[in-house]
Amino acid sequence: MSDPLLKIVGLRKHFGAVRACHNLSLEICTGETHALIGPNGAGKTTLLNLLSGDLKPDAGQIFLDNRDITRVPLYHRAHLGLARSYQITSIFPQLSVEENLLLAIQAHSGHSFRFWKKAVSDPQLRRELEPALERVGLEHRARDRAAALSHGEKKQLEVGMALACNPRVLFLDEPMAGMGPGGSVELGKLIAGLKQQMTIVLVEHDVEAIFSLADRITVLVYGEIVVTGTADEIRSSAAVREAYLGEEEPC
Amino acid sequence: MLLLISATLLLLLLPTLLGWLGEEYLISLASRILIYALVAVSLDLMLGFGGMVSLGHAAFFGIGAYVVAIFTHHSFDGSPVLSWPFVLPGLDGALVLWPLAILVSALLAAIIGALSLRTSGMHFIMITLAFAQMLFFFFVSLEAYGGDDGLSLFARNRFPGLDLSDDTHFYYLCLAVLGIFLLIAYRLVSSRFGMVIRGSRDNEKRMQALGFPTFRYKLACFVIAGAAAGLAGALIANHTEYVSPGLMHWTHSGVILVMVLLGGSGTLFGPVLGAATFLILEEVLAIYTEHWMLYLGPALILVALFARHGIYGILTGRERNNV
Repeated sequence: MSDPLLKIVGLRKHFGAVRACHNLSLEICTGETHALIGPNGAGKTTLLNLLSGDLKPDAGQIFLDNRDITRVPLYHRAHLGLARSYQITSIFPQLSVEENLLLAIQAHSGHSFRFWKKAVSDPQLRRELEPALERVGLEHRARDRAAALSHGEKKQLEVGMALACNPRVLFLDEPMAGMGPGGSVELGKLIAGLKQQMTIVLVEHDVEAIFSLADRITVLVYGEIVVTGTADEIRSSAAVREAYLGEEEPC
Repeated sequence: MLLLISATLLLLLLPTLLGWLGEEYLISLASRILIYALVAVSLDLMLGFGGMVSLGHAAFFGIGAYVVAIFTHHSFDGSPVLSWPFVLPGLDGALVLWPLAILVSALLAAIIGALSLRTSGMHFIMITLAFAQMLFFFFVSLEAYGGDDGLSLFARNRFPGLDLSDDTHFYYLCLAVLGIFLLIAYRLVSSRFGMVIRGSRDNEKRMQALGFPTFRYKLACFVIAGAAAGLAGALIANHTEYVSPGLMHWTHSGVILVMVLLGGSGTLFGPVLGAATFLILEEVLAIYTEHWMLYLGPALILVALFARHGIYGILTGRERNNV
């Protein structure tokens, strides 16, 4: 594989006595789809939050393209090409679907100290809006208020917002959670299509989705890495089995 | 739209109508409503669109009023406002003095905003309240300008082409100012800047994850609202020809907040309706009883319970934010 795009060195985050992330080191390569799995409370979301900048680590460093971004604030990381979706859907409920996506586009087209021209009819923003709506299949709901969408549509919108930022690295936190089987398949297709275009870090419980999408998989338990490897390696790993199922009792 | 046109017509013709009815003294009440509408709309920019609930907005209103009162006072005395490090003479020309009032309020808003916007929610409410109370007590103890008793103006400011001591002239000026500010606010809320402000209200974390440094946009919104409140203060000082620290008291911020909620927060015309309803109710109820608050209170509770988008919501049947 090529050079690491994201490099994590000795990353640590404790919440009181809970070691959500403990001396964790990991490299994520350019173009790969890297899945994080592990039992509940293993620190998957924490790791994602540390990478995206939602949380500040207690110790350790994060490098993007060999540049130390550990202290770079959340909003600035977005401009470096990091984008994410949240486990608990995070959209702008009172704005329309179209406005939600426009904001994502606007975030990357200069400053927003523009007080007079109407944003929704700004050609510079609109140009990117159509493909952004189309990509997540929400053209027919463009004018609806985001709060009125179904759960699955909200998830799609959120992924759409992350994509509208044209990210280099996309963090997806359980994109399939709570989706019906049909929705999961749709979203799986969407992610499979994105694999070619960007680096993806994926936290997901849907094991089938992970094995079909991920190039490499990292298994986390209690904030530490148990093993990193390809799907086949993970499947046959004794350590993983132990982490998930507990030690086998001799019969 | 029809509602808007008829309301505008009514406001334009109001002095004539009142003249026919022989109730000219009500012009003064109408001007007062317009001034409070201005400050209420400015608060709603922050509160309804930006999600910043402030209980200190009257501070900027009061500062604008005091700037006008102090300079006008010195202009009549012939004494300088400042004699050191440079001589600053008194002023009574509106075209210089009112922009100065706006500038001072905006500066103050920048300082207070920069400090209080580091918090949010309940803490933000308490910090803005605390700053406003500090200013209140500052002016209470400022004996040179009347302290607790406030400061009277000898006359209204000079405005080229208008005679502000004429209530009708003053009314039309207030109407023009409110109209211009509503137009600015209307453009503002759907501009890129407005999108960022509304996005931050809905979900600030998400805004940052998208790449918006939300703090500076919220601060800009806070300053714009403070500046507009300062202008309203300059108008109210001219209107009553009297200013007192009470203008800055937190209960006065509460009154402005009530106007916004009563009329409908997150709408532009709601606060205008709220200011009108509040002041007219105050006027009418005060005829019958000095305990008029006793009746206003339940009316407010009813609005809060059954009309969450305020009077504007009832009138138009529209949802929030569809400006």
